[in-house]
Amino acid sequence: MSNILEVKDLKVSYGGIEAVKGISFDVPEGQVVTLIGANGAGKSSTLRSIVGLEKPAAGSIKFQNMELSAMGTETIVTKGITLVPEGRRVFVNLTVLENLKMGAYMRKDSIEKDLNWVYDLFPRLKERSWQPAGTLSGGEQQMLAIARALMSRPKLIMMDEPSLGLAPIVVQGVFDIIREINKQGVTILLVEQNANMALRAADIGYVMETGRITMTGTGKELAENDEVKAAYLGKSKKK
Amino acid sequence: MSASTFAQHLLTGISLGGSYALIAIGYTMVYGILRLINFAHGDIFMISGYFMVFAMASFPWYISLPLVLAGTVLLGVVIEKVAYKPLRSAPRMSIMISAIGVSYLLQNLATYLFTAIPKAYPEIPFLKKIFQFGDISASLVTLITPVLTVILVILLMQLINHTKLGMAMRAVSKDTEASRLMGIKVNNTISMTFVIGSLLAGIGAVLYFTDRMTVYPYSGSLPGLKCFVAAVLGGIGSIPGAVIGGFIIGICETFLVAFGYSTFSDAFTFLLLIVILLVRPTGLFGEAATDKV
Repeated sequence: MSNILEVKDLKVSYGGIEAVKGISFDVPEGQVVTLIGANGAGKSSTLRSIVGLEKPAAGSIKFQNMELSAMGTETIVTKGITLVPEGRRVFVNLTVLENLKMGAYMRKDSIEKDLNWVYDLFPRLKERSWQPAGTLSGGEQQMLAIARALMSRPKLIMMDEPSLGLAPIVVQGVFDIIREINKQGVTILLVEQNANMALRAADIGYVMETGRITMTGTGKELAENDEVKAAYLGKSKKK
Repeated sequence: MSASTFAQHLLTGISLGGSYALIAIGYTMVYGILRLINFAHGDIFMISGYFMVFAMASFPWYISLPLVLAGTVLLGVVIEKVAYKPLRSAPRMSIMISAIGVSYLLQNLATYLFTAIPKAYPEIPFLKKIFQFGDISASLVTLITPVLTVILVILLMQLINHTKLGMAMRAVSKDTEASRLMGIKVNNTISMTFVIGSLLAGIGAVLYFTDRMTVYPYSGSLPGLKCFVAAVLGGIGSIPGAVIGGFIIGICETFLVAFGYSTFSDAFTFLLLIVILLVRPTGLFGEAATDKV
């Protein structure tokens, strides 16, 4: 299977402080790939630089063999790549329906079909389509953020901490949806602190520590790795 | 005060309020999207007055009018690109100071180029036609101003609430970064805000100066400040708020003059500002201040 996204020697820095210190990884088409790691490991910076919200200091980002690192966000998102940002960031002053329309902002074709598609995925949003997004619960806002991203018909959807601040039962729902979207052919790059859930959902996992990738494997391998268990899954190392 | 005098003053007040409302919208829209109080807005209004003086010197009114409006829009957009856009990621105070700088620049440029002596504002003949209803007499401009204001505001609200551009403007005003992720060209959206604000200020200038008959380099500063107060009174960021604020200030000011307190009519506006900020800082229609998380 070919790689939809190839990142090579990516460096991101904020005013002299290097948050990402030259990482390389691939995202094969049609799979769920996760980057796990503690706070400040550089996971969010990686996603943000892929979508152009941060300018990479060095390295290359290739999406379907197209170099993205010099493009602006407004251009990158038209190529079929999107980011569900950390903290949901729905437009609280717009209705649910308007939020979904914003997701399809750059499209010129009819969005009717995709609107029905996301309403099927998230029936709750259909019920609330006329409500301002600010009145939704945290879980519903997360669903809306994902649905909004899907409205652009992405080939690759990146999600930054979609489970952050949600009740365990809601988190389960979010991961169910991630699997469902993936089944429908969308490649997923997931950043999570909830390593347990993320590794269970992922085909491939990368562990990030202070700006570097320190471990790679299938989701299953990493979930069973002793070091990962000790550091991220809250289980003590076996002697 | 007899009923007809009262009606006469009320009409004048509503008309003045209409011009104020059109200018106040510019403040409130720019604030809504950039969180910037565009202190240069009143001076754009003043320059628009001079544009008309020069346009009418060579062209009939129906050519001058679109030229002047286009010039005003261009001025507003150029100011945004030159003085505000480079400061987009700077602290908010910097861009505000830049706005004050542009304001003084325009005033002094106008003084330098056109001298401080008031220039006669050209008459658009049909606007000065006098109508008589019983004891009340009014020129067409007095009658047209509030009507035109209301029509423009309705159109603007349609644009903001029911078009793709309006939706993008609302989205950008809440979350610039998320808007970029949607593929919105944020800079274009901000430029469109300045286009609309300046266009309304241009229309407001024609109506206001036709009534006042002269324009000088500082004729934008006091109306500018008053319209800013109108925007704060209505709740800055809210378009209906700015319109109602504009009408309230126009009417109050006119009646203070009518009752013989003309010396205090300007002071009243700023007293109102202080009271509003103390009693209801979010204004009449402002949303409760929620800081971006």
